[in-house]
Amino acid sequence: MKYLAEFRNSKLVSGVIDEITRTVSQPWVIMEICGGQTHSIMKYGLDQLLPDNIELVHGPGCPVCVTSLEMIDRALAIASQPEVIFTSYGDMLRVPGSQGDLFSVRASGKDVRVVYSVLDAVKIAQDNPSKLVVFFAIGFETTAPANAMSVLQAQKLGLDNFCLLVSHVRVPPAMNLILGSPSNRVQGFLAAGHVCTVMGYWEYVPIAQKYKVPIVVTGFEPVDILQGILLTIRELEHKSNDVKNAYSRVVNYRGNKPAQNIIEQVFIECDQKWRGIGNIPGSGWRLKPAFVKYNAEDRFHVEEIKPTESPLCISGQILQGLVKPINCPAFANQCSPEHPLGATMVSSEGACAAYYRYGRSK
Amino acid sequence: MCLAVPGKIVEIYEINGLLMGKIDFGGVVREVCLTFVPEAKVGDYTIIHVGFALNLIDEKEAMETLTLLDEISNQGEIE
Repeated sequence: MKYLAEFRNSKLVSGVIDEITRTVSQPWVIMEICGGQTHSIMKYGLDQLLPDNIELVHGPGCPVCVTSLEMIDRALAIASQPEVIFTSYGDMLRVPGSQGDLFSVRASGKDVRVVYSVLDAVKIAQDNPSKLVVFFAIGFETTAPANAMSVLQAQKLGLDNFCLLVSHVRVPPAMNLILGSPSNRVQGFLAAGHVCTVMGYWEYVPIAQKYKVPIVVTGFEPVDILQGILLTIRELEHKSNDVKNAYSRVVNYRGNKPAQNIIEQVFIECDQKWRGIGNIPGSGWRLKPAFVKYNAEDRFHVEEIKPTESPLCISGQILQGLVKPINCPAFANQCSPEHPLGATMVSSEGACAAYYRYGRSK
Repeated sequence: MCLAVPGKIVEIYEINGLLMGKIDFGGVVREVCLTFVPEAKVGDYTIIHVGFALNLIDEKEAMETLTLLDEISNQGEIE
C-alpha cells in the first residue's frame, strides 16, 4: 500500500457517496476548515457529486490567505534591505501587499529565494555568513514544529545571521470565532487532518460540546473527505455532536508529542490578526523572549506600515463561510489568479482560486 | 499549505545532531527531517510536510478504513 491510489479509488468514492445519499434526510451546512481540502473538493468535483441538500462552505485554513496585510508589508520592507536574503515558501511570493509583492521585490534586484523547507533557509545562512537570512515563518500548527526546529538548529549551529518573521495561526480559536458569530451557518466541521496530526484532536472536544456541532478529523484524498462528510452527516442526523476521527492512519487523539514539545519550547501563544477577519485573541504563536535574536521583527524596526486593502475584496466573508466566491461581484471580473485583489485568489488553496481554477460559476 | 504527502523511509542517519532520512515518494527520493518520529524504521511509511515527517502511517488503521468503506459500498449494491 502506498496510501494514495487506494484513497482515490473511484468505486469507493461512488460507494461512499451512495451511503451519504442514503443517510441524509434534510439540508446540512458543513465547513471544511483546511484550504487543502477545499482544493481537493474542487479538483475532484466532490461538491458536485454530493446530494443537493449538503452544502459545503470553505473555512479560513489557508495560511497564505490569512497572513495579515501588515505582515506582508513588513516582509516586503525587510526583503528590500540590501543585507538581507529573504526566504519563503513559494506560495507567499505572489500575495499582494499594499504596494507590490515579494516577486516585485525580487524583480527590483533584491535577494528573495523560495525554499522547500525551513532547513534550506538555515543552510543558506550557513553558506552566507555576511548576509542576514530571514525566513517568512507562516503557517498553522502543521508547519509550526518545522519553524520552531529551525530556531533550535540555528542556535545549536551558533548562527547569528538567521531569523524568522513569524506569523503563525491556530485553528481552534478561528473555529470558536466562526461558531460564535450571530451569522454562523456552519452545522458541522471537517477538522484539518494535518493540523491534527501534530496537535491531536482533544482541543476540539470542548468546542463540539459548547456549540453542539460534530467535528470530524478528515484527510485530503477524495475517499478521506467523503468519509469525513459521511461521519459528519451521521452525527447530524442522529443529533449527536461528538468528535470523530476519519483520518486514523495518520492522526491520533493526543497528536505528535515530540512535535508539540518543540512548539512549546520555542513559541508562546499570542493574539493574531487574520487578513480579512481581524484580530482573534489567542490565535497565534510568537517566539518566546529567550529567542529574541531570532525574531526579525526585533532585528528590523519597520515603522509606518499603513496597509491599504482593495475595497472590492470580500475575502473576510469568504474565509468565514458567509459568502461563496461566485457570489462576489469581483470574482472573475476585476479579480482573477492573474490579477488577484486579495489573498483568497492568490493561493491555490484559497477558496476563490479553487473556484476559478476548477470552473465553478454562478 | 498544510499539504503533506506519504513516502517510504529508505535510509535513516544524523546530520548536525538532527535525525534525517531519505524518503521515496513513488520514485523521487528526497532528504527529510525525522526528528518528530524518533521511532521510525527503514521501510516505514510516513507523512511529510515542508521537509519534516509529521507522523508514521499506521497500515493497520488504513486497512481497517478501506475494508469498512468497501463494506459500506457493497452494502449499497446488495440493496
